[in-house]
Amino acid sequence: MHLLILAILIPFIATALIPLIHKRTGALHIGWLVLLVPLVLFTIFVFQIPTISTDETLIQTVNWIPSIGINFTTYLDGLSLIMALLITGMGSLVVLYSIYYLSSSDSFPHFYAYLLLFMGAMLGVVLSDNLLVLYVFWELTSISSFLLIAFWYHRKNSRYGAQKSLLITVFGGFGMLAGFLMLHSMTGTFSIREVAAVMGQYTDHSLFYPAMFLVLLGAFTKSAQFPFHIWLPDAMEAPTPVSAYLHSATMVKAGIYLVARFTPTFGGDAAWFWTVTLVGLVTLFWGAFCAVRQTDLKALLAYSTISQLGLIMSLFGLGSAALHFGAGSQGEIYGLAVFAALFHMVNHSTFKGALFMVVGIVDHQVGTRDIRRLGGLMAFLPITFTFAVIGSFSMAGLPFFNGFLSKEMFFTASVNAAGLPIFEVATWGLLIPIIAWIASVFTFVYCMIFVFRTFFGPSHLKKLDRRPVEPSIGMLISPAILCVLIIALFFMPNLLGDHLLRPALNGVIPGIPGASPHISAWHGFNTELFMTLGIIVIGTVLFLTIRSWYKIYRLQPAGWTFTVLYNSFLKDLKRVSNWITTHYMTGHLPAYFAYIFSFFIAVSGGALIFTGALSIDLSADSPVSVYEGMLTAVMAIAAISILFAKKRLTAILLNGVLGFSIAIFFVLFRAPDLALTQLVIETVTTVLFLLCFNFLPEWTKDNASKRINIRNAIIAIGAGVTVTLIGLTVNSGTLFTSISGYFENSYELAGGDNIVNAILGDFRAFDTMLESLVLFIAGLGVYTLIRLKHGKGPDKDEHQ
Amino acid sequence: MESLIIILVGVLTTVAIYLVLSKNVVRVILGTAILSHAVHLLILSMGGLKLGTVPLLGEEAESYVDALPQALILTAIVISFAVTAFILVLAYRAYQELGTDNLGAMRGSDDE
Repeated sequence: MHLLILAILIPFIATALIPLIHKRTGALHIGWLVLLVPLVLFTIFVFQIPTISTDETLIQTVNWIPSIGINFTTYLDGLSLIMALLITGMGSLVVLYSIYYLSSSDSFPHFYAYLLLFMGAMLGVVLSDNLLVLYVFWELTSISSFLLIAFWYHRKNSRYGAQKSLLITVFGGFGMLAGFLMLHSMTGTFSIREVAAVMGQYTDHSLFYPAMFLVLLGAFTKSAQFPFHIWLPDAMEAPTPVSAYLHSATMVKAGIYLVARFTPTFGGDAAWFWTVTLVGLVTLFWGAFCAVRQTDLKALLAYSTISQLGLIMSLFGLGSAALHFGAGSQGEIYGLAVFAALFHMVNHSTFKGALFMVVGIVDHQVGTRDIRRLGGLMAFLPITFTFAVIGSFSMAGLPFFNGFLSKEMFFTASVNAAGLPIFEVATWGLLIPIIAWIASVFTFVYCMIFVFRTFFGPSHLKKLDRRPVEPSIGMLISPAILCVLIIALFFMPNLLGDHLLRPALNGVIPGIPGASPHISAWHGFNTELFMTLGIIVIGTVLFLTIRSWYKIYRLQPAGWTFTVLYNSFLKDLKRVSNWITTHYMTGHLPAYFAYIFSFFIAVSGGALIFTGALSIDLSADSPVSVYEGMLTAVMAIAAISILFAKKRLTAILLNGVLGFSIAIFFVLFRAPDLALTQLVIETVTTVLFLLCFNFLPEWTKDNASKRINIRNAIIAIGAGVTVTLIGLTVNSGTLFTSISGYFENSYELAGGDNIVNAILGDFRAFDTMLESLVLFIAGLGVYTLIRLKHGKGPDKDEHQ
Repeated sequence: MESLIIILVGVLTTVAIYLVLSKNVVRVILGTAILSHAVHLLILSMGGLKLGTVPLLGEEAESYVDALPQALILTAIVISFAVTAFILVLAYRAYQELGTDNLGAMRGSDDE
């Protein structure tokens, strides 16, 4: 068994096992068993580090549907490994944390089954090399996210948040699928590596940009980029461990992973550079700006996550410029942005994971996450407070925490980008570092709000439900590990850089990195350092004077948010579809018939006219004798008379006239078997009609309005004319040779002189057998309908 | 001859569809019966008419008319009889249960 495929399968197998074992664990919390899964997987991936850090990659393939190029190919390079380590590492910590977080009234089997399902799906996303396999796992992460957000499904907000996240991410995922199919139609392969290798030839292809933007749509919706960010704050209805895991550390990074993975494919193109960079920057700013006004700690962290994701996204955008230059010093300079992005991706998972766990502890121990009700918690929760300071200061980009390093690198990248000589950067380039700086000021402000409003200031204990105490040690282990990592990464960043980030960099911008970029905390008094100093000064001033400028948030009119847009879109969608449905699904059979025949006229008649197929050629017709002409006239008159029949008896007799005339036609057209059958059947049918009339009321005048009758007449005449024209056209030429000659050998092949009988009884005997089956079923139906006891249906019982 | 029959098929189809679009159950059933007549004639004329003798090898003729449409129609006649019988009984039953032969009045509740 291949190692990587096993790694993807283990969580799924564990998911399936949970319902079987959860009742047998006794006093043991099922979380401890679940914890084994990410721990084992994490160990497996840690042992891959030595291989990957020498720039080797692992490819393992299991053929799935080889005939259409869909193989279950797994691919492990530096980028996948970082993601896999985040997924399994954060997974372990979150499972451990959740054991103490969940209350005994929650359904553990559901929670852990969903969580493991997500873990497997997410590993599938980052390890898959096949576009379609990636897509399937991608949607699976959306579905497991949906299930986890709606974990407390009795809450209205949970259901709303779950639906919102699902609709937005699946919408984007569907667009991404279309993009993948375009990639396949351009390159003829579903393998991401092969697509990236040959994409250079297709930059002029008409599908190049549609494919690029559709793939980006998937990435932006998943990674909550502006304006699709609106689902992430509502996803905070999920239990806090889920928010820490899916909605900050892993799933929302799937979009970023996708952008990184497709940088070799699309990078070096101006549209890619600008779209990814600008969307990232706007998200960075808007997220940070909105985070400041939040009063719920989790909402604050949600907007901060949006903002940080924007930061990472913009770095990948800036770094893609390196591919324009190729190998060389210039390429290496811009490639640093990608390096910073990867670094910040790891850092963000550590500090944001820790912060979410801090909020979880506050919520768990204090009973509220509302900043307005919190304050002065430092005295009660000193350990949690320490974690909060470490996490927040790292996020704010302060020294001695890993966030400082990646934030400085981000500034370096943005300053470098402002001087980029390509993509017409010169005009607007200066905006990049400016937006980055302003957004970082707001980041600083909300980090301070997080720490100082929660833990400092007057204690509002009277407003709180209970007196807070530190939680049990188990709940503190996970954030403690993350906080240690935050500090360790500041002092030993190059350990991570050399072994994981550099191979990943090589995967994102292949062929460009030379030596491993060296991360250093101190690089002299340069622009970046002054930018950071400026942030600290201005940020502190803004934080202290927040009351005086808070009113800028009121500048945005109340109805002018994307959430309002989303809500009204959903409401209108329901209203319009309901309107359409009630107008055409009338429940009246004649209306449905009218649709069917109108459609027939439009499609068949339309095709006949627009394809120019219509042709009428009478030359091959056989001659018409007097009898035949008379018979035709009789039938036509009889048929039309039915329409004007006053009594149903007249109509039935006229129908009999039609049937018997057809029998005579069968005689004239050398079809004796048909004539015999028709005579018998027509007689029985007429008798049957008359029999039924005994039980049915006399015809009343069809009291439909004149307008309806005219409409029906138009449809009927249209359909009749269409049938006639198609018949005449078909009769005017032969497109294929007739197969009838074959059946004339019926004596040799089937031992029958009567060709028609030979066809029915031998050549197409199965048809005949099934025909008798139909007769049998119809007979059964008739019998049942007559014998069914009146008013004893199950439907009636239900209403009693 | 073929063209004449095809035009007759058109007339029959028109009458049949007009009846099918009606609200009265018996008219609808009558319409389906006439529609099957029309289709039988159409299939037969598509194979060409009177191009040979009856499709019995014992006749030892030069050419026979196309036997395939005949076989198809034979099946179709029987099936359409079965369907007509079934929907007639269905109409009878519906009338017993619902007290109407008007399709418009047979509609269920609003939120079906």
